[in-house]
Amino acid sequence: MADIAFLLLIFFLAATTMDSDTGLMRQLPAIPDPNVPQDVNKINDRNILEVKVNKDNLLLVEGQLTEFDQLREIAHNFILNPNDEPSMPEREVVYLPFFGNVAVTKAVISLQNDIGTKYGVYLAVQNELIAARAKLRDDVARQEFGIPYDRLDEDRKSAVDDYYKVPISEAEPKRIGD
Amino acid sequence: MARFVKTGKKTIKAISTSSLPDIVFMILFFFMAVTTMRETDVMVTVRIPEATEGKVLEKKSLASFIYIGEPLESFQALYGKEPKIQLNDSFKELADIQDFIAQEREQLNEADKAKMLVVLKIDRDTKMGIVTDVKQALRRASALKIMYANTNVDKITSF
Repeated sequence: MADIAFLLLIFFLAATTMDSDTGLMRQLPAIPDPNVPQDVNKINDRNILEVKVNKDNLLLVEGQLTEFDQLREIAHNFILNPNDEPSMPEREVVYLPFFGNVAVTKAVISLQNDIGTKYGVYLAVQNELIAARAKLRDDVARQEFGIPYDRLDEDRKSAVDDYYKVPISEAEPKRIGD
Repeated sequence: MARFVKTGKKTIKAISTSSLPDIVFMILFFFMAVTTMRETDVMVTVRIPEATEGKVLEKKSLASFIYIGEPLESFQALYGKEPKIQLNDSFKELADIQDFIAQEREQLNEADKAKMLVVLKIDRDTKMGIVTDVKQALRRASALKIMYANTNVDKITSF
């Protein structure tokens, strides 16, 4: 009996893995249809946070050479725009369930990379941007509903998502910096 | 009373092994419950990058895996040291991704097809060129939900 059990045990030890996969969820944009005219409404420059990573893994935020450690704070301030500065994103009043009519930010983050950029750096930059957005969503969830974002139900989550939509767009790739 | 007088040497009795199967079965069931089947043998070196915001992949059945990295040493004679794409159990080229996605999508239920997720397990030292190419191929195959695999840490210490 014990022999058979040992045999099965060893089989399972060899054939299975314990680790669960974790990762950053992203949604890729669909390929634009050439027959459909492109949306010519350009996003206002003040609403875009431009983040570039070059082949030497250096970070350029809004044209400024930036340390990686500062990125999260810069993104946080950019989305929040606490002092309503004219160079930072504008707000737009929309109706959201649970919130009513609120002024939500029109901020967009644009991330660009060279083809020589290291994947690890690219992912770390994405992580910082997602983290800055997640922090703001969590704050508003706590403020409005008194519970952390993770524990909200689906409807409330999507309302909070709309409050801080902040798409992180990946520009159409350019083949530079080989 | 002579019956109770101990005679001869003392012998140590062997431990009873009658409960051994129970214990082993217990361990077996534990492993069956907490582990999942290994789907593929990874043939490339993948050192998953660190991040703090990773979400746990809940439905593994909806996920397809793409591995990108330097081939393992035993394959380097054949495939060289440049990062390669691995789909299922073999090295593939960019052009094969579309077929791979179509094939994976075919295996899902009608209801699950829209929820299909592609998990990208990419070595942290890979250059973005090949990653961008793969992303473009996925867009063409309309597999738009992707997940960049990472290991969750409290603070990123190395890229």
